[in-house]
Amino acid sequence: MANSQRKRSRPHSPNIQIYRPQLTSVLSIINRMTGVALSAVAVVLVIWLIAAASGPQAYTIVQVVIASRIGQIALVGSAFAFFLHLCGGIRHLVWDAGLGFELRTIYISGWGVVAASVMLTLLAWIASLYVAG
Amino acid sequence: MKRQDMRSPLGRVIGLGSAKDGVGHWWLQRLTAVALVPLTIWFVASIIAHTASDYERFIAWLSTPLTTTFMTLLLIAMFYHTALGLQVVIEDYVHSAAKIPLLVAMRLGCSALAVAGIMANLRIAFVR
Repeated sequence: MANSQRKRSRPHSPNIQIYRPQLTSVLSIINRMTGVALSAVAVVLVIWLIAAASGPQAYTIVQVVIASRIGQIALVGSAFAFFLHLCGGIRHLVWDAGLGFELRTIYISGWGVVAASVMLTLLAWIASLYVAG
Repeated sequence: MKRQDMRSPLGRVIGLGSAKDGVGHWWLQRLTAVALVPLTIWFVASIIAHTASDYERFIAWLSTPLTTTFMTLLLIAMFYHTALGLQVVIEDYVHSAAKIPLLVAMRLGCSALAVAGIMANLRIAFVR
């Protein structure tokens, strides 16, 4: 009897197929998606460290892949995902401290995350080009 | 008098509700997040600074005690944070028989990657 009660289908919430996207919900799912994407970046980081430990030949192969067109696009994408997750994560830590829950503040911090992530990605790119000469 | 149980009779029978480790997961996710803020910023800034470095200069940087310490801390905090995050994603979206095997594989994979990364770094620091 308990089992039949469990299996009765219940409505799910939120009904995302009829739910109008808004900054708050979009940033929430972006934080989760960038987290998953950064897991893949973490795997690449370990491969890169192992290549560096293996010697110059293995390291050169990894460097060539990173320097390729696809490698560069992946690198900029990873940087953008990282800064989004970093800024979004700091926003979450502020909420955990019990601050910034007013609707107006939530929208300001949300757009702040987007603006800061774009600017930090550009800054990282420019700094890297400057160092490379 | 019996202690009050906040769960429904059905919830109590099928064993749902608090397993008393929810706060532990939540807290460690935050703890690793706080650690990762300075560690990842240090890492990204260092990588940018080494854009033009050749293999020798890069290895020289990786071999310093400070870099090895920070890299080890980064790998531990990063893969712990990754495991906790991916656990929630799997629990939220995978409802088939694959759920438990996936959770086990993900956990073991994160541990293995962290150890592999730390080993590579220690090899660079002490062997090369």
